[in-house]
Amino acid sequence: MASEQLEEYLESILDIVEKEGIAKTSAIARCMKVAPASVTEALQTLSDKGFVHYEPYKGAYLTDQGREMARKVKRRHRLLEVFLSDVLHISGDNVHDEACKMEHTLSDETECALCKMLNAPARCPHGSLIEACDRDVESCSACLKENTPSPTSTRDEPLVPVTSLSPGQKGTIAFIRGDNSVVQRLTDLGLTLRTEIQLVRKAPLLGPVEIAVRRTRLAIDHAIADHIFVTAGGEKAG
Amino acid sequence: MSGCSDCDTCGPAAARPDDKYEYMVALAGNANVGKSATFNQLTGVDQEIGNWPGKTVERAEGLLQHRGRRIRVIDLPGIYSITALSTEEQVSREFIAHDHPDVVVNVLDASALERNLFFTIQLVELESPLILALNQMDLALQKGIRIDTGKLSALLGVPVIPTVAIQGKGISALSDAIVHAVQDRPKPRSIPYGKEVEDRIGKIMELLPAGAGGYPPRWTAIKLLEGDPDTVWEAKKQAPGAVAAAQAYTRELEKIHGEPAGTVLSGERYHAAERMVAEVMEIHTPGDQETPLTARIDRLALHPVLGYLLLVLTIGGLLVWTFIIGAWMSELMTSYLSGIAPIQPLAKGSAADILFAGVWTGLVAALTLIIPYVIPFYLFLALIEDSGFLTRFSLMLDRGMHKMGLHGKAIIPLVLGFGCTVPACLSCRIIESPKQKFLAAFLVTLVPCSARTIVILGVVAAFVNIWWALALYLFDFILIVILGRIAFRVLPGESVGMIMEMPDYHVPSIPIVLKQTWQRTKSLIWIVLPAYIAGSIAITAAYAVGLLEPINTILSPVTVLLLGLPLWTGVVFVFGIIRKEMTLLALAAIFGTTVFSTIMTPVQLIVFALVTMLYVPCISTILALAQEFGWRRALGITVLETALAVVLGAVAFRLLGLVL
Repeated sequence: MASEQLEEYLESILDIVEKEGIAKTSAIARCMKVAPASVTEALQTLSDKGFVHYEPYKGAYLTDQGREMARKVKRRHRLLEVFLSDVLHISGDNVHDEACKMEHTLSDETECALCKMLNAPARCPHGSLIEACDRDVESCSACLKENTPSPTSTRDEPLVPVTSLSPGQKGTIAFIRGDNSVVQRLTDLGLTLRTEIQLVRKAPLLGPVEIAVRRTRLAIDHAIADHIFVTAGGEKAG
Repeated sequence: MSGCSDCDTCGPAAARPDDKYEYMVALAGNANVGKSATFNQLTGVDQEIGNWPGKTVERAEGLLQHRGRRIRVIDLPGIYSITALSTEEQVSREFIAHDHPDVVVNVLDASALERNLFFTIQLVELESPLILALNQMDLALQKGIRIDTGKLSALLGVPVIPTVAIQGKGISALSDAIVHAVQDRPKPRSIPYGKEVEDRIGKIMELLPAGAGGYPPRWTAIKLLEGDPDTVWEAKKQAPGAVAAAQAYTRELEKIHGEPAGTVLSGERYHAAERMVAEVMEIHTPGDQETPLTARIDRLALHPVLGYLLLVLTIGGLLVWTFIIGAWMSELMTSYLSGIAPIQPLAKGSAADILFAGVWTGLVAALTLIIPYVIPFYLFLALIEDSGFLTRFSLMLDRGMHKMGLHGKAIIPLVLGFGCTVPACLSCRIIESPKQKFLAAFLVTLVPCSARTIVILGVVAAFVNIWWALALYLFDFILIVILGRIAFRVLPGESVGMIMEMPDYHVPSIPIVLKQTWQRTKSLIWIVLPAYIAGSIAITAAYAVGLLEPINTILSPVTVLLLGLPLWTGVVFVFGIIRKEMTLLALAAIFGTTVFSTIMTPVQLIVFALVTMLYVPCISTILALAQEFGWRRALGITVLETALAVVLGAVAFRLLGLVL
């Protein structure tokens, strides 16, 4: 099976897993608009390659490796969507389809150049969050500054926005995306790099998230919190 | 006595004759650390909350009398940093640097030492004489935190006094320390940062002329390195070489760290704070960051269903309680005061009679608004604010406020607006971005204040029915949302999201609640009372010289043709500019009846109330808007809302005619 198709499967599984916890064969089939039999076959292949755990009749979920891969493709997809709509002004309906085709052939170098050219966008035209890249940088401004070559070394651990931690879970700040004044305000309140923070709770309907940092608690707008990327730690007892 | 030579710039000199005090100290610190409680304890009953003309942020001040010394205490706004991103930060920074307080008392929350020391370190950079008041020591102990104050004092080179301000513990020790410090002026020890930062600070300092800009050279060097616009602008005049060098160093630093230089410096300060905390603090129980009480209440207050229920009950209760008690008290007061002297907005007779009628009407009008409606409302609001509930409401409503380009904190001015628009406009200062601040103030002018509520109740609820009155209220809310959305798109500038500290709940402190209530009421008395009195005199005088008839005629194309109202409402609307519920009084006086259904049809009554609700914000509001945003914007809002009121009134007149 072509790697393109496998990547498409990984993306769909990621979407479904994030909504429902486990991706059932039927759900994947509906999402990809293919026959359930093809899904079973693809899941088998993905499982062999170590991207998913697949249990017949129950469904599939992603391994760390698979999640990484799916995230990477999703990031490229959304970056491409920004490029297609904001730079090339491609009409709305085609943006998604074109990005779907292009995302599988993008190299790391091109992806990084695209991100820089677009000024490290936070969201795709449809409003979904663009994941942080896996390169070893501490802030987007480091990458955007002057003509520094794109960082080549990659991070050891995957980054997640603080909003995707579960209540009670801790994480260590790896980088904060956004304009200087917001980053400065957050830093002044104690959200400096490599600081451990804990998600206390999320308000309903994408409301602010409450986090604990340096023995104080802050309520932070959801969109701003989306830009605080952490390496996730374990659950906290109680 | 030092440093108050330029005091004529910061307030009426008469209020603070020089012989009244010998020294001046400033209280500075984060919000929610008990700074107000410390201030109240230090100054006791001797405080005066002074309005400082010309400054946009109010500072309270009081007198500390201790061991034969008279010391003026200034309470600076609660801030987290002195990077001058907000007006409050700017004011505090300028005050400490330019007004040269003899000592700065830094109040800290002992249970969140690291974050509080970050601010302390910035005060150290400003090199002002310093005392630390380590407050909320009881709360820290509860959380299992022990702090070695002696060691902290040794590290910083300044006195550190443990306090529990709310119970008055440690206050006399703090007073002693202040009395000593105004003479000794303990200078804090400079705190070194990382080598690559320190080297560059040193090199910039070498290029700076002595005493540039009134700030210490190290502070100036740090600010230049951070690229602080004010400092750069100041330094360019005196030391362009230093500015150019600093810019190069900033770039180097950003290259090394891959972060903006401001963030690098803040990181350095936090590292310094971490080092200090590691030396002086011990945690005995594995630190739970929330007290059990806060965690329990938050499970209710921030619950997706129960939280909103609590919110609706609180705000609803606030309004109902105020207007039931308020209406009763207002009636009582009016009948009592009119017994002393009759209230006649339209008096004839000698100049003295006219003047008296104007002053008396204005005074009664202001008193019967402020005492029964506004004060109870603010008192209750201060209670939910000080206890910590208001921040939870802000959090719960944040998402909804986004629809109007605002964020959760804007709920405070909007709710205040139900009391009186004037302090509500002034409270928009808590919002950081200029665009959102103006947007919030604009929407506040549309919130039905107590005066407008009186008109809706007295005209529509009394003579049409309660449902039409509620419909008007509902229509106003919908209008606020729609106009908010439009203004959000039209206004230039950007909207920033909310970042807000969530303090622990505590039992509200009565002195602080009273002080907060008084501060809000005070701005009302200062602006509203004179405007009412002056306005009443003007109108009474205009009536006396026969100016009202021409006004009616001039306004008749709008009032009669467009709005379908009786001719005399023209003058009534002019009255309403001074104070909206004066329209009721004017209607009664002009038509000689209080049964308004005999002079206007139901449709006319509704249109009249609608127009009164929306047209020209009252004169006090216009003054407040002008003070905050300038005349151009104040008049812009006035013209826009008047046009809106006429258009909507004209449409309502024609549509309602089909229904009623």
